[in-house]
Amino acid sequence: MAKRTLEPMLWLMFSAGGVLAALLLPILLLLFGFAFPLEWITPPTRDHLQAIVTFLDPLARVVLLLFCMLALFHAAHRLRFTLYDGLQIKHLNELIALCCYGGAIAGSIVAAYLLWTVA
Amino acid sequence: MGDKDRPAYTEYHPRWYRKRVSTYWWLQRGTYLVFILRELSSVFVAWGVVYLLFLVRAIGQGEEPYKDFIGWSKHPVVMAVNLISLFFVVFHAITWFNLAPQAMVVRMRGTRVPGKWIAASNYAAWAVVSALAAWVILGG
Repeated sequence: MAKRTLEPMLWLMFSAGGVLAALLLPILLLLFGFAFPLEWITPPTRDHLQAIVTFLDPLARVVLLLFCMLALFHAAHRLRFTLYDGLQIKHLNELIALCCYGGAIAGSIVAAYLLWTVA
Repeated sequence: MGDKDRPAYTEYHPRWYRKRVSTYWWLQRGTYLVFILRELSSVFVAWGVVYLLFLVRAIGQGEEPYKDFIGWSKHPVVMAVNLISLFFVVFHAITWFNLAPQAMVVRMRGTRVPGKWIAASNYAAWAVVSALAAWVILGG
């Protein structure tokens, strides 16, 4: 039997995260990075945003966590190959993979913690 | 051809001649640069998630921290980072949706759906999801 590797799983998360990031990040950054701070639109109240996070609890939290996790793994996977191709540092392959995926795992844990502190 | 013209037997595999590629190969052509910039959009995708997590933390902490977050997001440095990030995130979305026809082969009634339609449906989904997200966030 062929050796099983994590690679297909990583590519799957890369694509899923890529789609989610492409669909959602532009509007979220536009709203929370520009429209609300520059007061083009009145920012939503904290209670309203809290209601979104706790919608059909824990459904919204799980969905938001999946979004964060997949987008982070998408970024980690892509950055890993960018550093590999761009800088020709093949000898640091393991270290780069460790930092990229380690960052994504740490980010996901922080995301889970923060999402579950919203009450 | 005499024996002396043949290469001597060696236990080691000969090393192929390979021209060393410059570390800065991606600066040599516009298309290479666009490729590497597209790949670097990953950094800004990660920043987008981190920024939103700051928001989630503020929401979890209460009314005052949420106001502080809005205040912090007005800071010129934060705004500059977000502006660059928005550019790269949109760049990621466009290149991603344009590549979708290469990744998806959709067949309808035995014929392959043209790539343009697949890309167009992705753009349509982008518009719908963005409108929906804005509607939910702005309170319906």
